[in-house]
Amino acid sequence: MSPINESGDGLNPVTPNPMSTQGEPLNLINVQQKLATANGAKYWRSLDELSATEGFQDFLHTEFPRQAGEWLDDEGRRNFLKIMGASLALAGLGACTKQPTEYIVPYVEEPEKLVAGKPLFYATAVPVNGVAAPVLVETHEFRPTKVEGNPEHPASLGAADVPTQASVLGLYDPDRLQNVANLGEIRTYSSFLLAFVQLLEKQREKNGAGIRILTQTVTSPTLYAQIQDVLKLYPGAKWYQWEALGHGRRMGSQLAFGQFLNTTYKFDQADVVLSIDANFLANGPGGVRYARDFAAKRVVRNGKKTQSRFYVVESTPTSTGAKADHRHPIVASHVAGFVHNLATVLSGGTPASAAPVPADAQAFFNALVADLQANKGKSIVIAGDDQSPEVHAAVHYINQLLENNGKTVIQSASLEQKPVDQYAEIQSLVGELNANQVDVLLILGGNPVYDAPASLNLKGALQLAKQRVRLGLYDDETSEVCQWLIPENHPFEFWSDAPAYDGTMSIMQPMIAPLYGGKSAHDLLAAFTETPEKTSHSLVREFWKAKHPGADFEAWWNRSIHDGFVRDSASPALKADAKLVPFTPPATAAEGYDVSFHVDPYVLDGRFANNTWLQELPRPITRLTWDNAVVVSAATAKALGVEDEDRVEIVANGKTVWGSIWRVPGQPDGSLGLSLGYGRTRSGRAGNGAGFDANLIRTVANPYFATGAKVTKLGEKFRLAAVQHHFAMEDRDPVISGTLSEYLADANFAQKKSETASKGLTILPQTWEYKGYAWGMAIDLTACSGCNACVVACQAENNIAVTGKEQVLNTREMHWIRIDRYFSGAEENPQSYFQPVACQQCESAPCEVVCPVAATTHDAEGLNNMVYNRCIGTRYCSNNCPYKVRRFNFLLDTDWETESIKMQRNPDVSVRSRGVMEKCTYCVQRINYAKIMAEKEDRRVTDGEIVPACQSTCPSDAIAFGDLNDPKSRVSEWKREATDYKLLGELNTRPRTSYLADIRNPNPALSPKGVS
Amino acid sequence: MAQPVELPDTIYVGPVIDESHSIASVSDKVGNIVLKRKITLGWTFGLFIALGLLQGVAAGSVWLFMKGVGVWGINIPNGWGFAIINFVWWIGIGHAGTLISAVLLLLNQSWRNAINRFAEAMTLFAVMCAGMFPVLHTGRPWLAYWMLPFPNTMSLWPQFRSPLLWDVFAVSTYLTISAVFWFVGLLPDLATLRDTSTKRYQQVIYGMLSMGWRGSARHWQRYEKASLLLAGLATPLVVSVHTVVSFDFAVSIIPGWHTTIFPPYFVAGAIYSGFAMVLTLMIPVRKFYGLDDIITMRHLNNMAKVTLATGLVVAYGYIMEAFFGYFSADKYERYMIWNRMFGAYAPFYWALIFCNIITPQFLWSKKIRTSPGILWIISIIVNIGMWLERFVIVITSLHRDFLPSSWGIYAPTVWDWAVYVGTIGLFMTLIFLFVRVLPMITIFELRMILPSAEVHEKKGVVTR
Repeated sequence: MSPINESGDGLNPVTPNPMSTQGEPLNLINVQQKLATANGAKYWRSLDELSATEGFQDFLHTEFPRQAGEWLDDEGRRNFLKIMGASLALAGLGACTKQPTEYIVPYVEEPEKLVAGKPLFYATAVPVNGVAAPVLVETHEFRPTKVEGNPEHPASLGAADVPTQASVLGLYDPDRLQNVANLGEIRTYSSFLLAFVQLLEKQREKNGAGIRILTQTVTSPTLYAQIQDVLKLYPGAKWYQWEALGHGRRMGSQLAFGQFLNTTYKFDQADVVLSIDANFLANGPGGVRYARDFAAKRVVRNGKKTQSRFYVVESTPTSTGAKADHRHPIVASHVAGFVHNLATVLSGGTPASAAPVPADAQAFFNALVADLQANKGKSIVIAGDDQSPEVHAAVHYINQLLENNGKTVIQSASLEQKPVDQYAEIQSLVGELNANQVDVLLILGGNPVYDAPASLNLKGALQLAKQRVRLGLYDDETSEVCQWLIPENHPFEFWSDAPAYDGTMSIMQPMIAPLYGGKSAHDLLAAFTETPEKTSHSLVREFWKAKHPGADFEAWWNRSIHDGFVRDSASPALKADAKLVPFTPPATAAEGYDVSFHVDPYVLDGRFANNTWLQELPRPITRLTWDNAVVVSAATAKALGVEDEDRVEIVANGKTVWGSIWRVPGQPDGSLGLSLGYGRTRSGRAGNGAGFDANLIRTVANPYFATGAKVTKLGEKFRLAAVQHHFAMEDRDPVISGTLSEYLADANFAQKKSETASKGLTILPQTWEYKGYAWGMAIDLTACSGCNACVVACQAENNIAVTGKEQVLNTREMHWIRIDRYFSGAEENPQSYFQPVACQQCESAPCEVVCPVAATTHDAEGLNNMVYNRCIGTRYCSNNCPYKVRRFNFLLDTDWETESIKMQRNPDVSVRSRGVMEKCTYCVQRINYAKIMAEKEDRRVTDGEIVPACQSTCPSDAIAFGDLNDPKSRVSEWKREATDYKLLGELNTRPRTSYLADIRNPNPALSPKGVS
Repeated sequence: MAQPVELPDTIYVGPVIDESHSIASVSDKVGNIVLKRKITLGWTFGLFIALGLLQGVAAGSVWLFMKGVGVWGINIPNGWGFAIINFVWWIGIGHAGTLISAVLLLLNQSWRNAINRFAEAMTLFAVMCAGMFPVLHTGRPWLAYWMLPFPNTMSLWPQFRSPLLWDVFAVSTYLTISAVFWFVGLLPDLATLRDTSTKRYQQVIYGMLSMGWRGSARHWQRYEKASLLLAGLATPLVVSVHTVVSFDFAVSIIPGWHTTIFPPYFVAGAIYSGFAMVLTLMIPVRKFYGLDDIITMRHLNNMAKVTLATGLVVAYGYIMEAFFGYFSADKYERYMIWNRMFGAYAPFYWALIFCNIITPQFLWSKKIRTSPGILWIISIIVNIGMWLERFVIVITSLHRDFLPSSWGIYAPTVWDWAVYVGTIGLFMTLIFLFVRVLPMITIFELRMILPSAEVHEKKGVVTR
């Protein structure tokens, strides 16, 4: 068969004739052929020539329309009609055109372990700031769809935090960098390698003195070994690390112990905990495990009738602070003084100045000191990541004074391969760039142009490097100033290794081929050593083979990958002595406002700014989505003459930013709380333009807080999208709370405070008996730390749409579960409460009776089912729902367009379209999966076999789900607790979800102050 | 026949029809509006404005179908907004017609004769406007027919416990009965038009529409029987339709909706707004078409009295609602009332009190009752008030219900307004067309109340 006429349909082009053969019939191909050989002046001449030829006239005559000219003479007309008739007759045959042969191949032999319709789970880790979050990735037909914590890993115990849960969306982000590019032109990776090798050739002559490598914090031993190899090959090259997170923690241990150490905490052994601005229940290394341990010490359940006591000192309200028994708001510039005073008092001295301890806090301070001293070896003092090294060092010293070291506070070797002062590192790099010493700069990951201190002007300095090669996930602020862009792999796309918070090493495995043909840092560094063919797999494997040379390597390797971590690889505890670092009070301005900087709990330092799940996830305290805000107390707002959403100009450290005011009870007066990670300009469609960049007013010298800020009202509004507008409980007490002593005096206090209509009250007898399963849920409000991980987990599991800021502004967000946050008590320092609310699966559901088309109905196991296909969208059910947990697709919120996003969807859950109602189903797909499994094996579903997505990811284990007909099930046990109550039970909706009251343990010496 | 009763001057305002009229003159007067009267500039201009407003519902619906109900201001917790407010408002307006034609017929009130045709037409048009909203407001309007009980392959029926379904039956029954009643009542007059028209096309069209009416005694006898039967059928509907509409709210558990007083209070409100709308329309029509000898002061006076009476019932409803809220000792109910009076939507509540309770008190004065201009303004205020009432019921109850965490705010969008104004345009368009193509006053019934038809009425004497 000739190569041209492959399709055999006779439509192949006529053999082109050169123009010179006058009189030949012309056709379009012919003309194009002719013109293609001409160019410039000749082209035009040719066109003239062409139009004059007889052939062209013929061509013109017959071309427009093809046969119209034939009409003129009778013969032609007949011919025309014949052709027309034949065309019509044959038109139907067009469908018979032979299509190119394409073979579809069924699974004659299924890929190993793949059963269509059944998910496969792979263990791996998602590193953030170099610390691995151990996960199991659920894949459907090899598409990662959902992340679960790794139940066997000590850092997870099955739970996962918010950024980890959302990482699966990051994989499919359509805004990811998708091509290798040089100066905006798409290139192949091999052409990059070619250019790169040439660059390296030149560097070889001067020992690589012009090479600089900028990475994020390196904890991967394989990557570190590769870097060492590169540095060996190019001794003149330099490697720098920069990451905006973890500086205070890292340098604090250096300051206190004289060496870089990793500190971990055993909250399950601490009776008294003091948090200094630490959001340890939500963020930071070990947060997931800490939340679990902390909650275990806090819950009053299963006969346990003791609670740890939790003190919090913080400069802006956090979800962790909301769980405090006693919370003391303090402006950021006073935190260091407070900590040093505490250290001084605990070591038997008298504080140099009383200033950092305001008079009204003296009682708090004294009670705290007494409590800590009474619980030596059984307490924890923890400082937050946003605090300075000095504060961290002082906290280490305090823990030592309290004899906690080695008991509740464990020191071990740093997780980092080469811990350094990263602020010094980035400054050295900028210095070298400005001195024109950098020829080739390799930026591996991160986004330093955005998150490095703005005063360094890294963006300008970078342009002095001659060749800038950037490995990045996005075409972001840093990519903008680099010539070579290499798309970076998502953690689910390459092999690597990373330690968890306690040093337990995880070997990360990919579960999908790189979506956009990206590369990892391993791949890129391999290019240095002239082994560009090495993949991340071979590199990681070879590294570990060298470490584990025995004959059992294969088994060890498989086991480690399967488990998701290397067994017994946690760092051993070290003994280290902390010394008290002399305290110099930070310079503070006499007037103006205090500014505290905080890493956003979800987008962190801005790295996840393009993750729509995270952007639309309400912040636990402010309840804001899509933007950061200038958080102030009501008194400060009054002093400033501003209200919510007023735009203000903040001038601090000689720089200016503009933000929108958001009043939050509990923010210390005279202080502005700004979160970092916003104001991205090139993060992608979701993050661009969200919020403002607080980094601009930070200085290298003091990135923790600023003083003397001037705030000017701009007289315009910038709307902030909050999901909750009313913060007080009014007189309704949806959250029932009490103190431990109240509980001990009367365990039934919660049920006395709540009203539940007795069954006899209704005139309608309950005729239905739930004989099979009766699904129910209990949520322990004492344990819930309000981190919102359940909300993202639910979003990932149930294909919940992201609606965007405009829709959230009109309270149309789609989350099936929400964490209500209430305040009670004094506005300047309220007690805060969290309450996760999803569909309560009422037995007597108000939504069901009002639906005109029976689209929401009850099943025999007590589930309130939503039949999407039947729903016509009257929204009556939502109106009649007293819990307002139903969510409506007001517009076409689901993204039906973006191909990559479609791959994330859970095939077991319907994707909803416009105009239908939806709500929590208790993860009915998981219930049915377990029931099918159980039926196949002819048994009942066992307790714990069904775990809804929210419960599964809950770091503090606050949710129990199961069969209420099984008296031994965990949920039944919880519901038998005296503190169990039903939300709005007085409405006789008979909800299947119930709550265990929020119990706090205030210090009797301070009570009732500080607790409502 | 009852003995004539002397009425004092303070009450008597005039006869039901000018005594100078004869059988021929009323036929001509009413018939000529349709048959002879030229198309005036005023009418054209009015229709033009009505058609312009009508575009609101056209554009609003197209945009709505393209994008979804999210183009409106509704949200969670305010799942219902303008659509339901307007639905209830229009249905309420649609109450006057049936009341006037059916109930007053049964009560043998002669003054109804001059206004019943018009009121019935208005009813029909208002119900048409109302009927659009339940379909438009659904998330998937192309599936709204699932609310109808029709046999289907999936053996799925609607959910008969839902008040929305009862609405479907109530409103469709009401529309059917109203249309039939109206059309049956038109038959003798259509025949009159057929007989008096001089243009061929008019004769053909009216001829067909009059369905062979010849005015024989047998026709009349059957006609009387049919209209009495239809009036009997329609009378319960006056009560039932708005009762069922009120169930949409009363059956739910939302504070401010879950109230036993709603059925009577809604019915009274409906009649109240219906009469107000009749006044709003009749006063200008009477002026522009010179019908003050047929729609006399007596009519205006009587309608004003009904408005006042129903307004008092409505006022009683408001007072009882507030009292029940307090007396229930239920924290949700108490908060709801407090929130209505002093919450985010308090201006709406107080505007409603002004429009619906204060304003109608002026109708105690005979002088105001007999001044068409002031009456017209009052009727418009009442119409606004009744719209506000539905707004207050729907929105203030929903926007703050049980859990403070879900409290929200509702604000209509331009598309809410477009559709609302559009239905007003539709209503006006239909009214404009109606007055030109059909006799807006029942000619044959006018003939019956003429003095020459042996209704000997003297000043100060009312028969029956």
